[in-house]
Amino acid sequence: MNSNAHASRHEASFWSRYVFSLDHKVIGLQYLFTSMFFLLSGFGMIMLLRWQLAFPGHPVPLVGGLISRLLPADWAPGGVLTPQFYNQLGAMHGTIMVFLGIVPLGVGAFGNYILPLQIGAPDMAFPRLNMMSYWLYLPGGLLMLASFLLPGGAAQSGWTSYVPLSIINPGQTVWLLAMVIIITSSLLGAVNFITTTLNMRAPGMTLGRMPVFVWSELVTAVLLLLAFPPLEAASILQLMDRVAGTSFYLPTGLVVAGQALKASGGGQPILWQHLFWFLAHPEVYVLILPAMGVVAEIIANGTRKPLFGYKEIVGSMIFIGGMSFVVWAHHMFLSGMTPALGNFFLVTTMIISVPSVAVLTCLIWSLKGGSIRFTTPMLFALAFLPLFGIGGLTGLPLGLTVTDIYLHDTYYVIGHFHYVVVTGTIIALMGGTYYWFPKWFGKRLNDFWGKVHFWGTVACMNGVFFPMFIQGLAGVQRRLYDPTAQLHNLTTQPMNVVSSFSAWLLFLFQIPFLVNIFYTIFKGERCEENPWEATTLEWACASPPPHGNFDKPPRVHRGPYEYSAPGARKDWIAQNAPEAA
Amino acid sequence: MTPNYGWGLPVQASTFAPNIDFGIWVIHVAMFAIFILWSIFFVYLLIRYRRKPGVAADHGEGHPLKSLIPDFFVLAFEIALIAFYAIPGWSRIKMTTPPAQEANVVEMVAEQFAWDFQYPGADGKFGRRDAKFMDSANPLGLDPQDSAGRDDVVSINELHVPLGKPTVIYMTSKDVIHSFFIPEFRVKQDAVPGMRIPVWFEPTKAGTYELACAQLCGVDHSMMRGDVVVQTPKEYEAWLKSQTPQNADNPAAKPPENPANEF
Repeated sequence: MNSNAHASRHEASFWSRYVFSLDHKVIGLQYLFTSMFFLLSGFGMIMLLRWQLAFPGHPVPLVGGLISRLLPADWAPGGVLTPQFYNQLGAMHGTIMVFLGIVPLGVGAFGNYILPLQIGAPDMAFPRLNMMSYWLYLPGGLLMLASFLLPGGAAQSGWTSYVPLSIINPGQTVWLLAMVIIITSSLLGAVNFITTTLNMRAPGMTLGRMPVFVWSELVTAVLLLLAFPPLEAASILQLMDRVAGTSFYLPTGLVVAGQALKASGGGQPILWQHLFWFLAHPEVYVLILPAMGVVAEIIANGTRKPLFGYKEIVGSMIFIGGMSFVVWAHHMFLSGMTPALGNFFLVTTMIISVPSVAVLTCLIWSLKGGSIRFTTPMLFALAFLPLFGIGGLTGLPLGLTVTDIYLHDTYYVIGHFHYVVVTGTIIALMGGTYYWFPKWFGKRLNDFWGKVHFWGTVACMNGVFFPMFIQGLAGVQRRLYDPTAQLHNLTTQPMNVVSSFSAWLLFLFQIPFLVNIFYTIFKGERCEENPWEATTLEWACASPPPHGNFDKPPRVHRGPYEYSAPGARKDWIAQNAPEAA
Repeated sequence: MTPNYGWGLPVQASTFAPNIDFGIWVIHVAMFAIFILWSIFFVYLLIRYRRKPGVAADHGEGHPLKSLIPDFFVLAFEIALIAFYAIPGWSRIKMTTPPAQEANVVEMVAEQFAWDFQYPGADGKFGRRDAKFMDSANPLGLDPQDSAGRDDVVSINELHVPLGKPTVIYMTSKDVIHSFFIPEFRVKQDAVPGMRIPVWFEPTKAGTYELACAQLCGVDHSMMRGDVVVQTPKEYEAWLKSQTPQNADNPAAKPPENPANEF
């Protein structure tokens, strides 16, 4: 009845249909295109920054003249980046990619669109809250981006914003304000996802019949709900330190550039790190869990057999979610916190690696006995397995206290988390885009260009991130404006050139992807309703689904992956099919 | 200096460097082995179970216990690493500090963008410091009134240490967080304003090594570097003697026989 109520209200002017829409599908697409915009802008920043890393002090080619004219005079005089601008690009790249790119893509776009469909719901539980999430995210994100226009520029203290540096550096006030808005948006979304999953499931959709993707979004939403409030509070405290003269994080007696800092003192810089990482470690799992969910969906579909170890995967995800709250200080072994605490976080960190291995094992084992179709989405899902594996394995020497002494704050760390987040999450979400595109637009992306995109992307991503392990082992620190200013970085400097050229090439390989998306939306031909012959409920309605999604509420009769059942006429049985045909 | 650095790990030049490198090697060999074994299995599965006309997929779930075997091996490997490597190593390197009487003790104040060191001089006592005395001539903020600091030697961006015994550095920072990193010693520790954090190492080779900042500390973070000069005890003593203490000519640092001096 709820859905009928909207349907009649939804007599849809352009504004209420596409802009201030209450429909989870429209909001999902709004998130999709907005997060793609932010991902491209964060990628653009790092492509600029990587020129300075590869060729320190040389003017940027192609766009150098443009940026030196457009930007304030002391940012890129003659097209050469200054350290101030370099640090802005670095801090904003991290912030935008994590908070405005990947989380909104994995949760806001994929979760919003697919989750209600997969559980057979007509919409999210709170459509207005859903709209509000988006309409906080967009202005919060634009505010973050617009901070480049401020005198002094954007935040330049790293995405981690360690105090006291962040409190004395320019740009941070707007960063904090934007973060508060973005976090509020995520919290509203999290409440909505949890309520929708628990209350809006179609008849017969028991928890044990939910697709893995729904489970992954549910665990993610719980993490967001519990981990973000401490960062929101911490950000407000830092904001107070900047604008209201408090000293939550500032100790007594600071002397900055020869001048005593005017602050009441008595605060503690490490407090910020605890509060920040209490969010930011669960955040890593917020980035990776939906990706695992997407990969599980595609693998079950592409192997034409039930997932191996459904219960083990779901149980591992829940376990990862819980453990992710007690591992945060492995980012802080050398922060000055008492070393005895290091042992505790060492042990929890090693424990949390076990369920991650379990998920990966189940996904690989799922291939056994399959009839594997190498479709474009399947290629991405398969590539996720070894590449995320590299990301996970290289976490080992960083999580181990003793070896972290040497590797902490080096390029090894950057290589590690980019293997997790880029070759892991982004690869999986690209695969998800190819997989669910027919659902979103009723049209299929071009297969040939999809494969070009796939092979180019995978090769270039490895070219960008693998050299970072070599640099890290040689001791190259992160966040250096000019790595060649230090002797121990000189030998491996050519690796920066390899990484940079791979990054620019990676961008070129995204052009076929973008053209493919927009060409198909406007010029593509309609495809069949269920092109992948998939079993889950999102394919039990029209593509794209009408307002309210299902003609009549579906009834669920079986688990999510009934592929290749013995004796069945075809190799898949939809979750809502009345009986085994 | 560059011969110390190459494509792999830098030269080992402290007592615990071999210990840290051992872990890095063991883990990388294990990671490589795990990755290769998985990849072979993965490629085999892709080829063996590719779609073939007339062959349906296997509906059976398989035995869930089989998938626990790799989990078990990973867990066993990690427990061994924790128990026999990480906890003993961590307690030796970070949880204990060599006692002051057996060590060479130095104080350090980091700042944007320099490392300021204070040596206790002949009396073995460090002079008091206070932020209110800090200026460009006195970067550490030594108290000119304190007689203990009269013979204290100060060096900027150049740390001298003797061979043959551990050096303990008590670190703090006057502005933002910095991180004390000497690649050849495999030593790293944050220097945090408002805290006094010890870091120690025992060099095993004379020579000059690079001291770098590993925590983003502002505009000139990449320029924040220094040299660590490891000398024989004799050379080290000679160097200390050759340095003029910062407050040597300061009449205020003499014992308080000059009551008229109001600072």
